[in-house]
Amino acid sequence: MRSLVYVFTSALALAAAHPAMAEGKLTVYTYESFTSEWGPGPQVEKAFEAECGCDLEFVSVADGVALLSRVKLEGASTKADIVLGLDTNLTAEAKATGLFAPHGAASNDVKVPGDWKDDIFVPYDYGYFAVVYDTEKLKNPPKSLKELVEGNPEEKIAIQDPRTSTPGLGLLLWVKSVYGDKAPEAWAKLKGRVLTVTPGWSEAYGLFTKGEAPMVLSYTTSPAYHMVAENTERYQAAPFEEGHYVQIEVAGITTTGAKNPLAEKFMAFMTGPGFQDVVPETNWMLPAGKTDKPLNPAFDKLVKPAKTLLFSADEVAANRKAWVDEWLGVMSK
Amino acid sequence: MQLSRRDPRIAAGILALAAIGILIGGAFLGLGVEAWRNPEGAYAAFDSYLFRVARFTLWQALLSTLLSVAPAILVARALSRHPEFPGRQLILRLFAVPLALPAIVAALGILSLYGRAGYFAGALGGLSGGSWPGIYGLSGILVAHVFFNLPLATRLLLEALQTVPGDQWRLASQLGMGARASFRLIEWPAMRAALPGIAGLVFMLCVTSFTIVLTLGGGPAATTLEVAIYQALRFDFDPARAVSLTLLQIALTAVVVLALMRLGANTAGEANLSVTRRSFISARPVEKSFNAAIILIALAFVGGPMIATVASGLEADLARLAGEASVRRATFTSIVLASLSATLACALSLSLVMARRALAVSRGAGEASLLERFTDTGAGFVLVVPPVVVGAGWFVLVRQSIDVFALAPFMVIAVNAVMAMPFAVRAIRPAHDAAAERHERICAQLGIGGWNRLRLIDWPVLRRPLATAFAFAMALSLGDLGVIALFGSDAVQTLPYLLLSRMGSYRTADAAGLALLLGLLCLALTMIADRLGKERPR
Repeated sequence: MRSLVYVFTSALALAAAHPAMAEGKLTVYTYESFTSEWGPGPQVEKAFEAECGCDLEFVSVADGVALLSRVKLEGASTKADIVLGLDTNLTAEAKATGLFAPHGAASNDVKVPGDWKDDIFVPYDYGYFAVVYDTEKLKNPPKSLKELVEGNPEEKIAIQDPRTSTPGLGLLLWVKSVYGDKAPEAWAKLKGRVLTVTPGWSEAYGLFTKGEAPMVLSYTTSPAYHMVAENTERYQAAPFEEGHYVQIEVAGITTTGAKNPLAEKFMAFMTGPGFQDVVPETNWMLPAGKTDKPLNPAFDKLVKPAKTLLFSADEVAANRKAWVDEWLGVMSK
Repeated sequence: MQLSRRDPRIAAGILALAAIGILIGGAFLGLGVEAWRNPEGAYAAFDSYLFRVARFTLWQALLSTLLSVAPAILVARALSRHPEFPGRQLILRLFAVPLALPAIVAALGILSLYGRAGYFAGALGGLSGGSWPGIYGLSGILVAHVFFNLPLATRLLLEALQTVPGDQWRLASQLGMGARASFRLIEWPAMRAALPGIAGLVFMLCVTSFTIVLTLGGGPAATTLEVAIYQALRFDFDPARAVSLTLLQIALTAVVVLALMRLGANTAGEANLSVTRRSFISARPVEKSFNAAIILIALAFVGGPMIATVASGLEADLARLAGEASVRRATFTSIVLASLSATLACALSLSLVMARRALAVSRGAGEASLLERFTDTGAGFVLVVPPVVVGAGWFVLVRQSIDVFALAPFMVIAVNAVMAMPFAVRAIRPAHDAAAERHERICAQLGIGGWNRLRLIDWPVLRRPLATAFAFAMALSLGDLGVIALFGSDAVQTLPYLLLSRMGSYRTADAAGLALLLGLLCLALTMIADRLGKERPR
């Protein structure tokens, strides 16, 4: 019994132990893979704390969607000064909560595709969705979304469910932006090529690397990981003629953070080299701001989309449910 | 026989029910309050698509239950008739491992055999003429569910078979009963009493299946209500819809489980003290080889995906992984959390089982009271309340008053314990009820009750089934991840969490290595539990 009490109290202590070493403290809510030991979190924390002489605390929840739910639930009493890790498909909903405050001029140094700009949210990185394929299995990868849709149904692709996953929603928006009203017909054709629809990115990518499908919906930056960390060029992204849909990840200051001077400081830091140098090889996304170091040469070999596709946050917010239902109608037949 | 209404066993059961009620009720209260502000979602959820989803959910769960439980009867019987079968102990321990594996690990293990690029793809393609399309679709879902539940059902049925007193076997042997006669007269009655409960358990597990159904189902045509609940809570944050879908899930499950109960029978146990050790099962050579074949087929089916998991785990850089601080920390966290939830689960289950027994005895032949029904099947319905609902509900409830991070570890322990409780009940109840049947009168005569009875009379009989219950509860908690999505995960980084996080950052080899580690950990913990539960030689 005593050991039980010990474990309980130490678990409590563990959960409560957040050293408040300096005067100022900044709390940033983000998603789990950002703060994992492989993610940008540890390096960003070190660099920012050295610069500001304050305490930066990351609080992580499962993913970007859980992040928004969490902030909504906490409401105005949230402890978060900054919420980092929403994407542009969530910003309209996030704004509607009224829990976010306009930033200063932090986004001046930022350059993202489609010149996405906003008075509340600031981009920190971005990535293009892409079909990644296995060069050993697929000799003639599709050169366009059209070829993907109409190609040989024996060559399968693993995709994600737009109801539970951001890349899944990304593909849905990609198809919608290329096919418009004809999207259901396109999905009906593509359906035969879909091996399976997984709940999240990990499962689909796991099936792909296991050899179950020669193609997977992922990012143009995925091959960079395999080149840098595994030294192989086996997995490549297929450039599509119609262009690629982009995912932009953003951060915003909450109404709580508006009272904390460190929040503006962090936003400025976020768009500068101290943060941006870390992003490519930890988050495997493309930096939105200026970097000091040149990117790893592997990044030069990545697909550079001819055209960027992106719906505005409001369009997505207004249509998401209808478009997902449309998708569901075709795919569950 | 009239027992006192103030039997401490009943009090223990009421306490356990109250604890479970608070956990589930609190979650519904939290979500209910939130839902009240925006109640439209509650009925907007009911459309024709939902109808199809509900139908598919029930259909796949019924098929999975049938395919898991029917073969398990044969396997359990074969194992019971061959106590000396080589490697029997190891087989039984291996049968606890699937429950500890995160669904995606099991799915990948199964696909390495039967997938498009699987080990058997060539052979299967040859059979079906042309290239093998993989097992995506209903067949994939069923294979995966049988992989999880056949071993579970087998072990629980075996637990029921082991309550058959040695005297009966001796008598059967003296009367020269063949395999068929002893099945009909001895084994089937023992299993039939446990069958509805076990089938109900498997059914509930399959109803709430999520990752397996989406990943192996091949598309959104294969969707369960659980997916809709998850979507409502995580993507749309619509508590009203989540609550109404959860209630629908509970109602549909209740209909099926209550129907299952009707198929069962409460057979009267053997009231005499057994004096014989169980060594009187003699099988003829034909039956022996038939049983051996059954055991081997089951072992191949369950062991195949596990071997595939081990094989891909061995490709990982295991030495480096074992040296990483985060891996060690997660292993430690997992062990602590899983042992605590398993202990709690066993305590809850034992209280419920004892209370049910005491209530059943005190009512004699009358109708079972509501309280008794709750200690029996009712509490099992917690299984169809998705952990994500419990987690979110409590988060909403306590966010204003308590630091939610401090609560996270307790949440994980409590939810895992309650979710493992129905399994533990199934493992404990046959042995407990059989023993109680034998001891009830003598305890009443000698005035042994309360703590003394538990320590002197019940404990020696319950050691082994409690160990089984503990092993299953631990395996189940080891693999779980559902509760803390909103809470923030920093405080409770468990092994499966680390595994998924590696998988989510391209590190598939690491993830495979961690899956191997998780499997080994589960096996080791099961062995320890078995050792602790070994009956002392009398």
